[in-house]
Amino acid sequence: MPGIKSLEDLKKAREEALKKRELKAASGTAQVIVGMGTCGIAAGARDAMKAILETIETDAISGVIVTQTGCIGLCEKEPIVQVVIGEQPKVTYGKVTPEVARRIMKEHVTGGKVVESNKINL
Amino acid sequence: MRELSLHLLDIAENSISAGASRIEIVLSEDSALDLLQMSIIDNGKGMSKEMIAQVTDPFITSRTTRKVGLGIPLLKAAAEDCNGSLNITSEPGIGTELTVKFQRSHIDRMPIGDLVSTIINLIICNPLIHWIFSYHYNEKNAIFDDEPVKQALGDFPLTEPEILTCIRSMVEETIQEVNPHFSQDIVTIYNQPLRR
Ligand SMILES: Nc1ncnc2c1ncn2[C@@H]1O[C@H](COP(=O)(O)OP(=O)(O)O)[C@@H](O)[C@H]1O
Ligand SMILES: [Mg+2]
Repeated sequence: MPGIKSLEDLKKAREEALKKRELKAASGTAQVIVGMGTCGIAAGARDAMKAILETIETDAISGVIVTQTGCIGLCEKEPIVQVVIGEQPKVTYGKVTPEVARRIMKEHVTGGKVVESNKINL
Repeated sequence: MRELSLHLLDIAENSISAGASRIEIVLSEDSALDLLQMSIIDNGKGMSKEMIAQVTDPFITSRTTRKVGLGIPLLKAAAEDCNGSLNITSEPGIGTELTVKFQRSHIDRMPIGDLVSTIINLIICNPLIHWIFSYHYNEKNAIFDDEPVKQALGDFPLTEPEILTCIRSMVEETIQEVNPHFSQDIVTIYNQPLRR
């Protein structure tokens, strides 16, 4: 069970995050989806996910929703990552190594510029 | 997949797809019994007896995107290669329990691998599911139940950077509490050449 101390830490982290978020302009919410079917996992989807979460921490990226999905039937292009920003159409990326995942977070999710090298046209 | 933690991610995905709202993961290591065991217990839609018989056969899946399911057969084969087994008990409408056992010292037994990344991945990406992770190491055990965490957060998202850091250290602490050498184990195992 998480101890009392860690729960206190958590509440403090929440307060700090809330303060920072109030200062931020309302940016469009971003959603990042990683394919976690068997093929995705075997191809390295967890490492892509790890890089995404670590980039959120190191770059203090706020307002991103990260989710996983099952097999989307593009096994040969795994690991697959999809990004939806606000009302814009969904962008699908293939062969997402941890390095590519970090670029997607920095260039697309934060910077608004699609990482063309790994974009898949469905 | 050369990591039990990757198989865990894959098997848990079945529970998520089955619509589970509560998923419990139990990992236990017992050196006296020379046993490494992992159970994934969910309250998803469950499977009939016939379905259970079929899913351990690599040519059955209820997915529509591809004709064969591979996750369960792969893990079963890996366990059987290590004097172990894979067992499923399930009841339609109630839930499913999958248990896999390995002879812990078997030369071909895959490492547990990056357990923290797998647990964090599951918790963060599936915030509507109640996750319980318990780890038993010989006579010691510890539980990480994400319910108190979510209560403390209210509807605050788990993906905020500060929260991510906090949850990661809680999961790490749970594992370290039971097995202080866990991270070193990962390093030594990663340095071993791949067999096969
Ligand atoms: N926990 C579970 N609850 C309900 N059904 C399950 C569960 N685990 C597996 N199944 C069924 O078994 C099938 C085979 O699973 P698996 O071997 O992982 O392959 P896949 O997930 O690619 O279909 C799934 O498609 C699903 O119908
Ligand atoms: Mg599966």
